[in-house]
Amino acid sequence: MSMDRRDFLKIAGITGLLGAGTAALSGRMPGALEAASTSPNSNALKAKQWAMVIDMRKFKTPDDYKKVIHACHSIHNIPDFGNPKDEIKWIWTDTFEHTFVGQEHEHISEAVKEKPFVLLCNHCEKPACVRVCPTKATFKRKDGIVMMDYHRCIGCRFCMAACPFGARSFNYRDPRPFIKDNNLKYPTRMKGVVEKCTFCVERLDEGLMPACVEACKDTKALVFGDLGDPASEVRKVLRENFTIRRKPELGTSPSVYYIVGGGENAG
Amino acid sequence: MLDKALDGSKRYWTWILFLLAVIGIGMANYLKQFEYGLGVTGMSRDISWGVYIAQFTYLVGVAASAVMLIIPKYLHDYKTFGKIVILGEFLAISAVTMCLLFIVADLGQPMRLMNVVLYPTPGSILFWDMIVLNGYLFINLLVGWTTLAAERKQVPPPAWIKPFIYLSIPWAVSIHTVTAFLYAGLPGRHLWLTAIMAPRFLSSAFASGPALLILLCLLVRKLSKFDPGKEAIQTLAKIVTYAMIINIFFLAMEFFTAFYSNIPGHMAPLQYLFFGFHGHGNLVPFMWASIIIGVTSVGLLINPATRQNEKILAFAAAGIFIATWIDKGIGLVIGGFIPNPFEKVTEYSATGTEISIALGIWAIGALVLTVLYKIAISVKEETGGEEVH
Repeated sequence: MSMDRRDFLKIAGITGLLGAGTAALSGRMPGALEAASTSPNSNALKAKQWAMVIDMRKFKTPDDYKKVIHACHSIHNIPDFGNPKDEIKWIWTDTFEHTFVGQEHEHISEAVKEKPFVLLCNHCEKPACVRVCPTKATFKRKDGIVMMDYHRCIGCRFCMAACPFGARSFNYRDPRPFIKDNNLKYPTRMKGVVEKCTFCVERLDEGLMPACVEACKDTKALVFGDLGDPASEVRKVLRENFTIRRKPELGTSPSVYYIVGGGENAG
Repeated sequence: MLDKALDGSKRYWTWILFLLAVIGIGMANYLKQFEYGLGVTGMSRDISWGVYIAQFTYLVGVAASAVMLIIPKYLHDYKTFGKIVILGEFLAISAVTMCLLFIVADLGQPMRLMNVVLYPTPGSILFWDMIVLNGYLFINLLVGWTTLAAERKQVPPPAWIKPFIYLSIPWAVSIHTVTAFLYAGLPGRHLWLTAIMAPRFLSSAFASGPALLILLCLLVRKLSKFDPGKEAIQTLAKIVTYAMIINIFFLAMEFFTAFYSNIPGHMAPLQYLFFGFHGHGNLVPFMWASIIIGVTSVGLLINPATRQNEKILAFAAAGIFIATWIDKGIGLVIGGFIPNPFEKVTEYSATGTEISIALGIWAIGALVLTVLYKIAISVKEETGGEEVH
């Protein structure tokens, strides 16, 4: 019998390693650390819940879109693999039909039907991606921004399955050789981790508006501000315009609002 | 008892060497994936889970099926299963091992695996899946090994093992329920967002696992002096029959809800899987093959004349295994991603590298199963397969 028990323990010791052994280990970890964030300076912009209004009436020429996307993708070291399979994108465009799934109908105005809509992470108030992440590598900051810790992410891609907005990209291969102009002030990512728009937390911490918002500040096509502050510009725009959000029925409460416009675009 | 695994015939060693070769090729391809990243697979921004997670999901079902032997044997004192209950437990060990390996193979940063333990996140279903899968592996190792050791000595199993045996029953249900919750709790993935996801998983599990056990019992009888017994195999066949009928019934429920309500989001993935959607339909032939093979096999199992003919039974059991594998090991996971959140279709097909890695993991499972069965059967051949009460 003793022989059998010894044999058993040998096997159990090896295969049970992931289970009982590691469960005990977790108890010894010092108080779980908050995932990485940059330390804000005194100019840092603060909010209860950051939000964005996308005023589609203000996007008129292809250049209006291009400068917004370029502003983001160039400073954040987004690689260009040249294929949709490996594609990484933080802010991009798609049609009304694909942006507001289920809202389209066959008699929709030609202007809305053809117009590209701007898409990015919705920084939901109740983000499904944060709920499912097994390591808290994606988490919600106190100011409402849904953030990523690229060093903690194990690349399980549960967040990608959970996000109903297709906002997340995965590094299927090493992105570094595919970055055109490397911005040394912003970290590059490694293969095997998920990434997405962060509402430019690194810029907010320095007192700057997100790069995309700054890129179109002359037309105010993107309005950014604190949803918790009744005097903020986003609240003002939301008060004065009819706005919609993507898939509100799913209960994630997106913080990105759209002014669709319509008639005035026809001309 | 481990020594029994080292004392085998030429055929035994040839099989082991064959499995090692498949594992070796899989391993080499895994190194390629480890170096390059998951871009070596067919997965994409839109289809972010593929063959690996689908195999994991299917094998959780195979693992859970051991409970279909435990319940009759230990709760109803159904002695006929006494001889084969160890085969169910050892199959569970092999299946859970494969589940864990498939999860690791799917990680973008496998070296950070322990982050799941270092930053425990009880709000994540994946955290609970880690706990229940590892727990189930441990329970089956403990119960299987202890009861087999007792049988070898021709003494009753120690009394302390009983609570673990009873614990294994709800635990088996938990592994498949938690795995279903990985899918069923996600907003915006209509194919998965169904309250009967866990029941569907369980019914499919209790069809596929015992079907595989029937094949293994027939194989064991052919290759060794140990006979699992005709009655035990027939009882397994009845379990498979009921479970598969319930499984097909559940699928029909999904169709009714989606198509009678006429809600586009609910219909879209089923349309993609079974009829094609917006001109895309890579999986349509597979899904219909699954339906035809599954229904035909159930027909053969319901009819006592065909069920009792063990040649036809083997055919039907293989049919159930294949039908449930297509349904869960391909359709369920891929179908959940189609259409994508923008109502667009991106098709998925596994790459050679990906398939080789998956085959390597299946071969590791087969190796674990072979070694464990070799030990169990050697003991049974010594004792004549009789346990002591």
